[in-house]
Amino acid sequence: MKAQITITLKNGVLDPQGKAIEHALDALGFDGIGGVRQGKFIEVDLAEADPERARKQVAAMCEQLLANMVIENYSFEIEGA
Amino acid sequence: MKVSVIVFPGSNCDRDVAVSLEAATGSKPTMVWHRDAQVPDSDLIVLPGGFSYGDYLRSGAMAAHSPIMRDVIDKAKKGTAVLGICNGFQMLTETGLLPGVLMRNASLKFVCRDVHLKVERDDTMFSRGYARGQVIRIPVAHHDGNYFAANETLERLEGENRIAFRYCDAGGALGNGANPNGSQHDIAGIYNETGRVLGLMPHPERLAEPALGGTDGAPLFSSLVEALH
Repeated sequence: MKAQITITLKNGVLDPQGKAIEHALDALGFDGIGGVRQGKFIEVDLAEADPERARKQVAAMCEQLLANMVIENYSFEIEGA
Repeated sequence: MKVSVIVFPGSNCDRDVAVSLEAATGSKPTMVWHRDAQVPDSDLIVLPGGFSYGDYLRSGAMAAHSPIMRDVIDKAKKGTAVLGICNGFQMLTETGLLPGVLMRNASLKFVCRDVHLKVERDDTMFSRGYARGQVIRIPVAHHDGNYFAANETLERLEGENRIAFRYCDAGGALGNGANPNGSQHDIAGIYNETGRVLGLMPHPERLAEPALGGTDGAPLFSSLVEALH
């Protein structure tokens, strides 16, 4: 199974990179855009075959290392589960 | 006074801080490789500046899980003094020894210049050589120095008098562009609950002897010697 993990900044945490991307999109002439937020995408191959255990394992990975829970949220999907 | 400096792949201020420490203590600190399991018996552990693990994932995140860090965390919790400078401060927040996080600078630019700092406390083992309210000049060199914490954490830090240094102008005034990175409450450095763990973004070791162009960083090291000799 493969986990596809998305890490995003929590609401209310300033995202200067997202703001810079928004300004760049604006400069390229894209109208009507706003609220640009950037994050990280991480894929992990899992040997675990049980979907429930795989979910627990990925959640633990996110909380211990992949996301900084002070400023980030995580979500994930398990492919093949 | 026994000092250990932890060296990570990508540390680049480890030897600078060792020079400052040796000048203050009169003996060479022990350089400890990050893959070692144990820090030798030490009065002070230093997490130096640099770009450990290339700042992969988040600055300090990989180093926070290095084998040596288990023992650093353990010793810090038992009361060993720990000083984290720049990347070392980032590691301290990633391990949870200090609250909050150092985010990308608000300008998105790497900032490398001298800044002024207001000394908020002169009663800790790190700061007794300064006077409260004193303005000192220390260099910063970082991309991720923008201190962020939840409001209740900031209130606790303020209430418990745990801000070590704040960015200010040469006259000691806060605001007006003196803050180089967008840090909340102009925070440049903070203490843990006991005042025995300090994390700061500026580099005292880079202005700690006249040949470097200034000595405002030196009292931090001599303070530690007085307190821990």
